[in-house]
Amino acid sequence: MGKVVLKLGKDISTDDIYPGRFMATVLPTETPQFCFFDRTEFNAALKAKAVPPGSVIVADENFGCGSSREQAASTIRGHELVVVARSIARIFLQNAINLGLNIVICPAIEAEEGDELEVAPGRVRNLTSGKEFATEPLPPARQAIIDAGGLIAYTRKRVLESAAHK
Amino acid sequence: MGMTVVEKILARAAGRPAVKAMDVVEPRVDLAMSHENATLVINQFKEIYEGTGREAKPWDLSRIAIIFDHRVPAEGPKTASNHKLVRGFVAQHGIAKFHDIRGDRGGICHQVLPEFGYVRPGSVVIGTDSHTTSHGALGAFSFGIGATEMASIWALGVALNIEVPPTIKIVVKGSFPKHVGPKDLILHIIGKLTAQGANFRVLEFHGETIRKMSTSGRLVLCNMSVEAGATSGIVPADDETESYLREEAGVTEKIERVLPDADAVYERVVEIDVSKLEPQIACPHTVDNVKPVGEVAGTAVNQVVIGSCTNGRLDDLATAAAILKGRKVADGTRMLVFPASARIYSQALEAGYLAEFMRAGAVVMNPGCGPCLGVHQGALGDGEVALATTNRNFKGRMGNPKSAVYLCSPAVAAASAVAGVITDPRTGGR
Repeated sequence: MGKVVLKLGKDISTDDIYPGRFMATVLPTETPQFCFFDRTEFNAALKAKAVPPGSVIVADENFGCGSSREQAASTIRGHELVVVARSIARIFLQNAINLGLNIVICPAIEAEEGDELEVAPGRVRNLTSGKEFATEPLPPARQAIIDAGGLIAYTRKRVLESAAHK
Repeated sequence: MGMTVVEKILARAAGRPAVKAMDVVEPRVDLAMSHENATLVINQFKEIYEGTGREAKPWDLSRIAIIFDHRVPAEGPKTASNHKLVRGFVAQHGIAKFHDIRGDRGGICHQVLPEFGYVRPGSVVIGTDSHTTSHGALGAFSFGIGATEMASIWALGVALNIEVPPTIKIVVKGSFPKHVGPKDLILHIIGKLTAQGANFRVLEFHGETIRKMSTSGRLVLCNMSVEAGATSGIVPADDETESYLREEAGVTEKIERVLPDADAVYERVVEIDVSKLEPQIACPHTVDNVKPVGEVAGTAVNQVVIGSCTNGRLDDLATAAAILKGRKVADGTRMLVFPASARIYSQALEAGYLAEFMRAGAVVMNPGCGPCLGVHQGALGDGEVALATTNRNFKGRMGNPKSAVYLCSPAVAAASAVAGVITDPRTGGR
C-alpha cells in the first residue's frame, strides 16, 4: 500500500524526470538528488526524506518518453518509489526492469494525489475511491530479468553459465 | 509468411529461418555504440563480473564504438574526469572505434557512425542513445537502450530477450515543394502518429519520395522516428545507400541489401503525399504538437539553433547559408550553428558556409550535442524562446524549464533568424 505523492500528465519525458544538465552524474548512488529536479517542491520533499519508500507516482500515457538516460530510472529507484502509469515508453520500461524499479502498467488508472493505492498481481486498487483497475503484464520476454532481480544479476548468471559450457 | 526488413535482420541475427512480430529473440550485435555514458556502462560492466572470478573483458572489441559528443570539450571537472575514465578503459582494452574530442575525426555519434562506414545494411546496431534509430537510414536495425543493457551486451554479445517489433509501413509519394523537406515530413508524421503512436514498433519507409531522397534526408526521418515512440526507423537499402557507403564512407567490401518480402505483414500502412506539404513546426512542449508554420509565424525568437544529429549535415548548412547570404541575423536574436561532425565542419568551411554564417552574425560552434539537450552551451534565459533544427522540445530541454523550444527545418530556422520571428521561408526566405 502506498500513497500517491505525485500525479502527472501524459508524455512525461526523461528530461522532466532527470534534467539533461545533471547527466554528468551517472552512478545510481548519486542520481537520486536530482529526481524531478525542476518540480522543485517534490524534489525538496524527496531530499528532506518526507516521501516514504513505497509511495506512488501516477502518470498518464507514455511515461518516460525521450532520452535513453538510465538516470531517469535509477533516480526514482533510489527513492524506492512505485510508478503506476497508463502506458510506458519502451526504453524507460526496459531501463526500469533492468534496474529493478517497481513499475505498473495500468491503462485505466484513476487516482489523485493523497489517494492510497494497493498494488496486487493483475490489479491496482484505489482504497480512497474504492475503484479497482486491471494492470497489463510487463513484457513476458523480460520476466527472466525481473525474476533474477535485475539485468546485472541476470547477465552475471549467463556469464557463469557460458563459462561452465566452455 | 513474408517478413519485413527488421524481421529478416532479426531472424538472421538470431540464427533462425524466420521470425514474426512479438517473437522473442536474442540477436547477436554487430555494433554497440556509446557516448559519454560509457562511464556508466563501464561501471555496470565491471559490476556484472564482481564475484564471478572471470575477467571483465568485452566480447568483441572490434564491435564497440565510443564517441564523445554530449559535452565536448568538457564543460567542467566532472565531465572531464568521466572522459578520462573512458579513455583509460579504451586504452586498456584497445578499442579502435573510439572518437575522442578531435577536429579531424570527432563529431556527433549518429553522424560519425555512418561517415566512418561502421553501419551496414542488414546489421544490428545498438546504442546507449535514443536517437540510435538514425542508422536505419542505411538499412540497419538500429535502436537505443540504457547503459546497463549495454553492459550486458558487452558481456554476452547479444541483446537479451528482444521482442520482434511489429512494423508500420510509411509510404511517401510526391515531390517536396521549395523550402520543404525531410524534417517537415517527419514532423508531419509524428504529429499524425502522436508521441506514442509507434511505441514498440518499427517505421519502415517506402515510396518514390524516399527512393529519391539522399541518405542525409533519410537520417532525418530515422533519427526522429523515436519521437513517435518507435523502436527504430528503417529505409530498405538501395542504390543511394550503396553509393553513400562507397563514396562517403569509403566502404569497399560487398554490400548486401536486406529487403522486405512482397507479402510482408505490416501492422498498418500510412500513406503520405508531400507535394502540398507546408513547412512544419513542433510547438512547445511535445514533439507531436505539430502545426504548419503559418499558425505560429510572427512568434518572437531569442535563439535560433542549427545543428545536431538531426539537421547538422552539409545540405542543412548549405540551405541555411543560402538563405542568410547577404543578410543579417536580426537584432535581439542569437544564432548558433553546430555542424554534426568534424568532417562536415571542414567541408562547410571549404564551401564558405561558415564564413557566411559568421558574416551574418551567427556563432559557429564545434560539433557536439550540447545545446540540443541543454548540457553544454546555448542555454536559454527565463521566458526565452528558441527555434531549433534539433529533435526535442520537452520542457527544460534547452537547459531551462522556464523557456520554450520550437522545432523546425534548417530553411525555417535561417529565414526566422533574419526576421527575428518565426518565418515561412517560402515568403520570408528567398
